[in-house]
Amino acid sequence: MLSVINDPEIPVVTIFEMGMLRDVKITDKGYEVIITPTYSGCPAMGIIEQDIKMTLEAQGVRPVTVKLVHDPAWTTDWMSNTAKAKLKEYGIAPPLHSSCNSEVFTNNIIECPHCHSDDTVLMSRFGATACKALYQCNNCKEPFEYFKCH
Amino acid sequence: MTQEQALYKYCLRMGDDALIHSYRLSEWCSNAPILEEDLALTNFALDMIGRAQAILDYAGKIDGKGKTSDDLAYRRKERDFYNHLIMELPNGDFAYTMARILFVSIFEYYFFSELCHSADTTLTAIAAKTVKEVKYHMAHATDWALRLGDGTDESNTRMQQAVDELWAYTGELFETDDATAILEDRNIAVDMGMIRAKWKTDVTRILTEAKLKVPGDGYNQTGSGNGVHTEYLGHILSEMQYLQRAYPEAIW
Repeated sequence: MLSVINDPEIPVVTIFEMGMLRDVKITDKGYEVIITPTYSGCPAMGIIEQDIKMTLEAQGVRPVTVKLVHDPAWTTDWMSNTAKAKLKEYGIAPPLHSSCNSEVFTNNIIECPHCHSDDTVLMSRFGATACKALYQCNNCKEPFEYFKCH
Repeated sequence: MTQEQALYKYCLRMGDDALIHSYRLSEWCSNAPILEEDLALTNFALDMIGRAQAILDYAGKIDGKGKTSDDLAYRRKERDFYNHLIMELPNGDFAYTMARILFVSIFEYYFFSELCHSADTTLTAIAAKTVKEVKYHMAHATDWALRLGDGTDESNTRMQQAVDELWAYTGELFETDDATAILEDRNIAVDMGMIRAKWKTDVTRILTEAKLKVPGDGYNQTGSGNGVHTEYLGHILSEMQYLQRAYPEAIW
């Protein structure tokens, strides 16, 4: 049931594919869904929490509590290959392996999700959401977003 | 002071730093010199508000009186805030804001890198995430320090002024107190002496490369560890806390 819930910021991937959905516990008090926040200040977390409750309770699964667990910290390495492929299809370049973050965005080659050229340039490290940077492709000239390694 | 009391204060100091610096950066929203910069500064503010929320929620749990991060942000008096003074100073010009991000982000990078090895697993998880985010703040502020310092006469003058004015507020970042001593004994808190040396090395390298003078060490502003602040924090709180003070328990 939970696998139908999409990421509100990137509606082509589900929270399961993003690696945010960690566990579901059945206790005396009801159902506890455990999720991990992606970025510290991600405003989508509140909406995801609501979506989980509404989806489950609509199917008669109740009462539902959603618990935010920080440890261990989420990383883009937990994103499934399906999620990465869907992001690319959607026009967002998927994250490289998180170890690329250790060099803080120097010399990483980001492939254009439109024409697949490697000839791209970083325009801004910060985009419309906390998790993305802005790039432009020198080949097809299209701007695109890159999901930052985390 | 018990270990819980020490940890509560330690968390308030970290949480308040993120909350108040975030407040200042969000004041740049729609006022930054270019669109990309508007995005960058508000992205930083968002990282910090997320960090503040996680840490203050944890502080509320340690305190054990059922307080949420919202209660702690909106219902505490000025003297109960422990953010370092540098966070609450007004934004000044763009150079001033960038110099502050530079000093603070380098401090936070080393602080949270060390906190990743804390004996407290909630703090290590928050620290692991924070390090990834602060790296971006640090890289961005370093770029701007170089561009402004090694730019025109005007930009160099402004950046130098900012560095000189903020310098007396940087020493406080490394202060320790009874709470940190208790937590250091239990391998929870960070050893400040060690990170201070690393901070100084990095800051000296960046300022020198940016053709800026590194100020000499002299008098340092202090007080926030005891809740004694500059006149600016009260003004921040009067705006930030207005709604919850006027309409207690108001929710969306």
